[in-house]
Amino acid sequence: MNEILKLLEEDSRYTAEQIAAMTGKDERYVRETVKRCEEEHIINGYTALVDWDRTSEENVTAFIEVKITPQRDDGYDRIARRIYQYDEVESLYLMSGSFDFSVIVTASSLREVSRFVAEKLAPIEGVISTATHFIMKRYKDKHRAFIVEPEQEERTLFI
Amino acid sequence: MMDYEKLMSRNVLELQPSGIRKFFDILDTMKDAVSLGIGEPDFTTPWHIREAGIYSLEQGHTKYTSNAGLVRLRTAVSEYLKRRFDIEYGAPDIFITVGGSEAIDLTVRALVDPGDEVIIPVPSFVCYGPLVTMAHGVPVYVETKEENEFRLTADELRAAITPRTKLLVLPYPNNPTGAILRREDLQAIAQVLRGTDIMVLSDEIYAELTYGQRHVSPCNIPELRERTMLVNGFSKAYAMTGWRLGYVCGPSAIMRQMLKIHQYGIMSAPTTSQYAAIEALRNGDGDIEAMRDSYNKRRRLLLKGLRDLGLPCFEPKGAFYMFPRIGGFGLTSDQFCTRFLQEERVAIIPGTAFGPGGEGFARVCYASSVENIETALARLGDFLGRLQSDRS
Repeated sequence: MNEILKLLEEDSRYTAEQIAAMTGKDERYVRETVKRCEEEHIINGYTALVDWDRTSEENVTAFIEVKITPQRDDGYDRIARRIYQYDEVESLYLMSGSFDFSVIVTASSLREVSRFVAEKLAPIEGVISTATHFIMKRYKDKHRAFIVEPEQEERTLFI
Repeated sequence: MMDYEKLMSRNVLELQPSGIRKFFDILDTMKDAVSLGIGEPDFTTPWHIREAGIYSLEQGHTKYTSNAGLVRLRTAVSEYLKRRFDIEYGAPDIFITVGGSEAIDLTVRALVDPGDEVIIPVPSFVCYGPLVTMAHGVPVYVETKEENEFRLTADELRAAITPRTKLLVLPYPNNPTGAILRREDLQAIAQVLRGTDIMVLSDEIYAELTYGQRHVSPCNIPELRERTMLVNGFSKAYAMTGWRLGYVCGPSAIMRQMLKIHQYGIMSAPTTSQYAAIEALRNGDGDIEAMRDSYNKRRRLLLKGLRDLGLPCFEPKGAFYMFPRIGGFGLTSDQFCTRFLQEERVAIIPGTAFGPGGEGFARVCYASSVENIETALARLGDFLGRLQSDRS
């Protein structure tokens, strides 16, 4: 199963037939495994890696450190749920170290991010403080470099 | 006007130029062409290895190393061979060369006298014959057979040996067929060589790229060990082709003599590359596994694709090549590959480029992206369809 997952993580456009050929497994087995992984939320979706900086789309991404007071019984989860339900939230992680949550937010402008932090995130009960960092340039995401390296010159050689 | 042809060495003039240059010349002029032609890893050298090279430059390591190479590197090679292949050579019996190619050249030049015969199983990498010719030796080609999975058999070897035989080249894992030799094949070869003075040049540049079983070296066969010159390098295992770094190991008495040729012709292998190679050997095992795993996936994909198109193909167990049979369409390998390139914009190499015995086959390199492989397969399907309808 893990081999199939790794291939899909590498390129989710691989077909069941390709994955079957690459892993030496039966195509039906691949289909069933993928279906089961989807049902069990091991696979949670398929998406494209877009470099928005190359488009006319204006948007900003912010990385927000959040400190909270954990709640009795629910620990961090109840507050996390209140945060990640917002559409603006791209990712949410519980961290070790000097703050608790790392929230990644994408919005169309700086002002919108500020408003999200001031009006939605900060007032949540249990949130003690926030620190917002704006992402200036994305070099690499999901193992893919977003910088296009210059091509090598043409080579004629025999090996 | 000087007549340069007249003043040049006969030996050089008689060398055949590479038969596939024209493929790359055509390829260069094409848009949206796919090349499964060049035989090299499609990975860039892992960053930690590149960084070690850069760091050595920052530290000012820009001078020659000793002729044999850095002691730290030779020690690392010694440890690596023991760890990965259970082969024991001490640092003094190893020296560092400019790629595996120089190591092959040196071995041939150190052993071959004019008229000495060198047995070369073919199809195989193109350099052996010309290097033997340049040393005034005589290449003796032995055609390996698809039905034997392109392994050199004891009978074929026995039939090729004469009193002038000096050296046997064992180019396994093999470029272009992807064949490997198993322990029992090497044992059979050892039986044939027993009692002779024939040396073995084992070109193990693809040793890390075997699928399903570990590589077995002639050095792992006690009867072969004393007569083996082991050639390996960093190009294929660590995706370091441009660094030009290899090594050769062998009996001290030969290594001492051979080092003289390297001293006079080369001085020492590139220093930056040597520092990077130390890092590769010390911390690169994981890179090897990851790249091999990736090649293996593409190997299976291409094999299935070729077979689905009805092209018979022996399952290669090593390197990153496939050698499908493409005879049977009324075209020579060269015609097939030329037309395939011109009509479908995909470069593969005719089997005949790799010596006698390659007619009817073509080399397809799968060290290319899945996307390229799929595109090439789709175009191959169209091409074969057209060839079939032409014939009917």
